[in-house]
Amino acid sequence: MNANAISTPTALPRVPAGPARLRWLAVDAWVLAKRQFAHIRQIPEKLFDVTLQPLMFVLLFAFVFGGVIAVPGGGDYHEYLIGGILVQTLAFGMMGPGVSIATDLGEGIIDRFSSLPMSRPAYLIGHLTAEFCATVLAVTIMVISGLIVGWGISSTPLEALACFGLLFLIAIAMIWLGTLVGVLARSPDGVQGIAFVAVFPLTFVANTFVPVGGLPDGLRQVAEYNPISAWAAAVRTLFGNPTAIPSGSAWPLEHSVIASVAWCVAILAIVVPLTVRAYRRRTTG
Amino acid sequence: MNQGIQTSHAVVAEGLGKQYGEQWALRDFQLAVPTGSVLGLLGHNGAGKTTAIRILTTLVAPTTGTAKVAGHDVVAEPDRVREQIGLTSQAATVDGLMTGAANLEMIGRLYHLPRKVAQARAAELLAELRLEDAGDRLVKDYSGGMRRRLDLAASLVASPPVLFLDEPTTGLDPESRNELWDLLRQLVGGGTTLILTTQYLEEADQLADDVVLLDHGKIVATGSPEQLKARYGGERVVVTVAADDELGAAAEALEKVAAGTAEIDREGLFVAAPASESTRLIEVVRALEEGGVDAHDVRRREATLDDVFFSLTSPRARVASTHATKDSDREEATA
Repeated sequence: MNANAISTPTALPRVPAGPARLRWLAVDAWVLAKRQFAHIRQIPEKLFDVTLQPLMFVLLFAFVFGGVIAVPGGGDYHEYLIGGILVQTLAFGMMGPGVSIATDLGEGIIDRFSSLPMSRPAYLIGHLTAEFCATVLAVTIMVISGLIVGWGISSTPLEALACFGLLFLIAIAMIWLGTLVGVLARSPDGVQGIAFVAVFPLTFVANTFVPVGGLPDGLRQVAEYNPISAWAAAVRTLFGNPTAIPSGSAWPLEHSVIASVAWCVAILAIVVPLTVRAYRRRTTG
Repeated sequence: MNQGIQTSHAVVAEGLGKQYGEQWALRDFQLAVPTGSVLGLLGHNGAGKTTAIRILTTLVAPTTGTAKVAGHDVVAEPDRVREQIGLTSQAATVDGLMTGAANLEMIGRLYHLPRKVAQARAAELLAELRLEDAGDRLVKDYSGGMRRRLDLAASLVASPPVLFLDEPTTGLDPESRNELWDLLRQLVGGGTTLILTTQYLEEADQLADDVVLLDHGKIVATGSPEQLKARYGGERVVVTVAADDELGAAAEALEKVAAGTAEIDREGLFVAAPASESTRLIEVVRALEEGGVDAHDVRRREATLDDVFFSLTSPRARVASTHATKDSDREEATA
């Protein structure tokens, strides 16, 4: 009698052909993105890196160092700071996607998804979607906490809009980069190690918290051509905040918006195909 | 004729092979599984069982050969195959950070069942697999047996006619294992075709209508458990000893009177060798005494699938090693 219910035939919708497949892909990707939101409900600490950590950095730098750091060329340090923290948080944003995909790949759950008649790219797209939503939350929190400590947007609405566009472009580039690291790494711990060692120095040897002018030779050149510096400078420029970039600075700092977009496009152009290939290899090998 | 094979066989494979680098994980793999029957893929770790399952469930493409599952080619029509199969792999294929119910509902949604239908199906399966009280708990807090049942439930969401289970009972205690076996029997009673891999001979003996023995990526024997036992088994003489270091001497003594090479089981502390009509237990006892072996027990028994497995998997490796010891003995003698 039990056997009946276990093997009750379930009427399945068939996998469609043609353009209807795209709708299936969207549904599948969203179901899988919601899976990651469910994870966050269970382990809220997962969101610390995109919520509490940036909040903590805003408060620490604004109140602990804010009084002693003067912005060369004038301007309020709080006004200067937020652009740097936004970019630093987005750069560390590679860690979350890397850890989550490395965790999934280390278990059998992707086998389960691969044996279902769902759209093939749905897993990666759902993963990127969920991570992007987390980034939007992080940017919102930082903007609000920035407003509280005295930061503000002094540019035109169009420039401000362009700045949010740039922030999300940076976020997408870093999420893809993190995903690549996650697919290549052997374990979630490995991802954390790699991300920390790579991102931590990059965000400090840059204009994130202090202008690069005071750095010793050698280190200064690294900071000038560091994508983090270009990104922070571009965000400050587009939000109308003090940039502390004297004329005659390195090209990526003087043309920070163009340099920033170029960095993002370059990262995506290299990382996206590598990630897709590495993911295919790991899941169909 | 081909039509006939397709409708009466849930899984057909011909010449399947999978190469990783220089290594062939699977070679010349043939299979024809009648609809509604249970096939056991039996072999040690690395024998190619999982590779075979991964090809048949469209997870990896074969290097050579073709396979059809539920009448659809695994390479040409993977989506059609995926609509007809359920898979439970060795590692956890459910999400530990979600509840049991949420896991099953998610799978239902990925089959594009309407939300209500997916929820109802999840509840139905949880009840059937006696997980209704655990449906609201996180899967990471489940016991091993509960997790396996949920894994199985996840494979049953779409009521697939063909079910693949990769070592479904590995790591389970005997009670949970028996429970799972009962469930699988129910499913087969309902008409499901089952392909399962196992390292446990007892499991194949209990469940499988047919067994395929794999070793180093190749099929070494096929048949029903009874056929295999009759063909490769025959009666055995089994000598149980007191300690590990007695095993070598016991094997040597046994080989003097038995009809073939003795197999050593270090875990079970016994040696077993084929017996012929003329093999007398009293002679075995005498040989053991002459060899100075402290035997606990000496008996004759029918062959088990274990014996078949022992005598068919990598016989070369074992024969080589016994010869090697004999050769070294001889060298010592001539030196």
